Amino acid sequence: METQPNQNLGIVVTGSVEKGTDVRLDSSASVEDMVVGRYVTIEGKKRRFFGMVTDISLGVTDEEIAISPPDTSDTFTAEILEGTATYGSLHVLPMLTIGGDVNSVIEGPQPVKTVPSHFSRVKLASEADMELVFGKEDSSRFYIGNPLDMETKLCLNLEELVNRSNGIFGKSGTGKTFLTRLLLIGILQKSKATNLIFDMQNEYGWAGTSEGGQRTVKALKPPFPSKVAVFTLDEENSRHRGVSTDFVVRIGYDEIEPEDISLLRQTLNLTDPAVEAVYQLHRRWGRDWMQKTLDMPDSDETTKFLQEMNIHESTFQNLRRGLATIRRLPFIVAHTPMNATSSILEYLERGMNVVLEFGRHRDITTYMLVANMLASRIYKRYQEKMEASMAGKVTPPTPLVITIEEAHKFLNREIAGYTIFGTIAREMRKYNVTLLVIDQRPSAIDEEVMSQLGTKITCLLDNERDIDAVLAGVSGKNELKTVLARLAPKQQALIFGHAVPMPVPIRTREWGTPKSYEEFTRGGDSPKQAEKDIKELFE
Amino acid sequence: MSTKLGEIIESGSTEFTAESYELHNLPSLGSLVKVTAPKLEIFGIVYQSGTAGIEPGRRPIARGKDETSEEAVYQSSPQLMKLLRSEFQVIVVGHKIDGKILQYLPPKPAHIHAFVHLCTSEEIKQFSQSFSFLSILVNNRLQISTEELVAAALREMSKAQTDPHAFLIAAGKALTATLSGEYHRLKTILSRLKQ
Repeated sequence: METQPNQNLGIVVTGSVEKGTDVRLDSSASVEDMVVGRYVTIEGKKRRFFGMVTDISLGVTDEEIAISPPDTSDTFTAEILEGTATYGSLHVLPMLTIGGDVNSVIEGPQPVKTVPSHFSRVKLASEADMELVFGKEDSSRFYIGNPLDMETKLCLNLEELVNRSNGIFGKSGTGKTFLTRLLLIGILQKSKATNLIFDMQNEYGWAGTSEGGQRTVKALKPPFPSKVAVFTLDEENSRHRGVSTDFVVRIGYDEIEPEDISLLRQTLNLTDPAVEAVYQLHRRWGRDWMQKTLDMPDSDETTKFLQEMNIHESTFQNLRRGLATIRRLPFIVAHTPMNATSSILEYLERGMNVVLEFGRHRDITTYMLVANMLASRIYKRYQEKMEASMAGKVTPPTPLVITIEEAHKFLNREIAGYTIFGTIAREMRKYNVTLLVIDQRPSAIDEEVMSQLGTKITCLLDNERDIDAVLAGVSGKNELKTVLARLAPKQQALIFGHAVPMPVPIRTREWGTPKSYEEFTRGGDSPKQAEKDIKELFE
Repeated sequence: MSTKLGEIIESGSTEFTAESYELHNLPSLGSLVKVTAPKLEIFGIVYQSGTAGIEPGRRPIARGKDETSEEAVYQSSPQLMKLLRSEFQVIVVGHKIDGKILQYLPPKPAHIHAFVHLCTSEEIKQFSQSFSFLSILVNNRLQISTEELVAAALREMSKAQTDPHAFLIAAGKALTATLSGEYHRLKTILSRLKQ
């Protein structure tokens, strides 16, 4: 028999606040219908509790039954023992509670500080219960998926979400990109924030691949042409893919600062003295330091100059090799009249979302150099504007969410202190800039940064250290581990943290079919605009 | 109409013995019987029955060597009908006061010479709505093995039910609770209940 919402599942028999409660299943409810991660409500005497099933077990009242079980052909004995001497039991982690009095109802669900009394009845949470906890889809709540095995729409409060930095994790191929795309659409539609996306794999601009990569799905630009601008580092690649771009990013030598090189010390294989030399050269030559360093001939003059600067010959060669790697990047030019930072800011100020496609430049050096350079300059401008607005001169800038992939490269323990992303993650929303970090190795990210992430959305992870890193500091960590390790490898994720009142495993919403495009666009632009967009989409 | 089986010849709070009016006309093992006493009806389950000579010191002797059938033995020795008697013993499992069935021992025992009736299907159905009586059967110290008696009683009762299988399952579940921690006894009883 399928279990229905509101059906009695069983009664609470033991429990503790720390470890959660044990529920003995009624004989009418089958263990096989239970799933870890499902929501239940517990009707205590004075209050109701919301909890999540975190473990399911089989019990016997008499050890002898386990030692000499009835014969498999003996259905009669088995039927009698079922639910009496042998029973199913659920481990439920209560997470929220609502008191019975009027005040508590107005206050809404609160975190649990107690356990339900003995023999409280346990039921599957109904759609109304879920709505009470997570709220309905509205102007700031975005429907991201359904709780496991339920039809209820699970909505995230995106205004709340973008107030802090957030993380999306999961091992590769579990749908991180897919989930990110959904979330970006949500932020674009339901919050005042704008997005800046460093799109390493060209997944968020015009078209991306579906989960599993069998087919192409639309990315951000086609459904929301008026809200999204696509920047590219690789014009040729964009042309090959037949997509138009709003801006081609070029970076001049004179835009590269010592901090940018310092960050790349690992990828460029630079020694510490070489990095030190960069600062020295910058002090000496200013903006032209890179050009001049590269132009230096192998002459006595150079040797003399190096001696004067107190830079060792081998250090200098090491630095030159590193800089040559950068120079080889096609988008690095001696000087560019069009400053990429200003253009991005211009678009962002107009409320546009910017996707920066990397084209064929998918190596991590490029990604780190460009993302860090642009982000730090943009962040600086936001900082200035925010300070000006605090002084009451101008309105504060619109909140900005910067999306970075392979986040552990920027935020690992060694360099999180130096990169701009480490700063943004730690300073939170002080300057209206937050991060959306996407990563498959959360254990490699600095703990301090991890602890600052407001909401974490994680797809399947199977490395013990990664799971520990993601769940660090969450109450009921051990129980959630069971849930996390049992997510389906696709289209399922566990959301917890600031934007949701309690952790919730979800099946993500569909994206990639004409129907889904229509559903999304309907929620965003005005109906007229949406209609127009859809028409264009299928022409 | 319930069948009159015999009358009580020995009575006590927990059990009684009754003599059948007719030789060999004994209720089945595990049958539910009732005795009408002043102000109450007493219910019991037959746990032992048998036939023997009326004088304890005299054992019957074999008489059928030249007879062709058992009936012929009795026909050629009609005095046997008077020298032998059939008795059955009943364990008290409940009573009925003011129309309400209570599955625990009655306040007073039945009288000697009170009539013992076999319960009708309707009465069995009514009585077997609860399984509290099982604990009396399980916790007795009778000559017969408890497992045999419980199984026989439940089998007899199931015959009166509209859905005997469902009845046995429900009874088995009740028994599981009564015999918790005694899985082997439970298993023995259940193996005797299977149809």
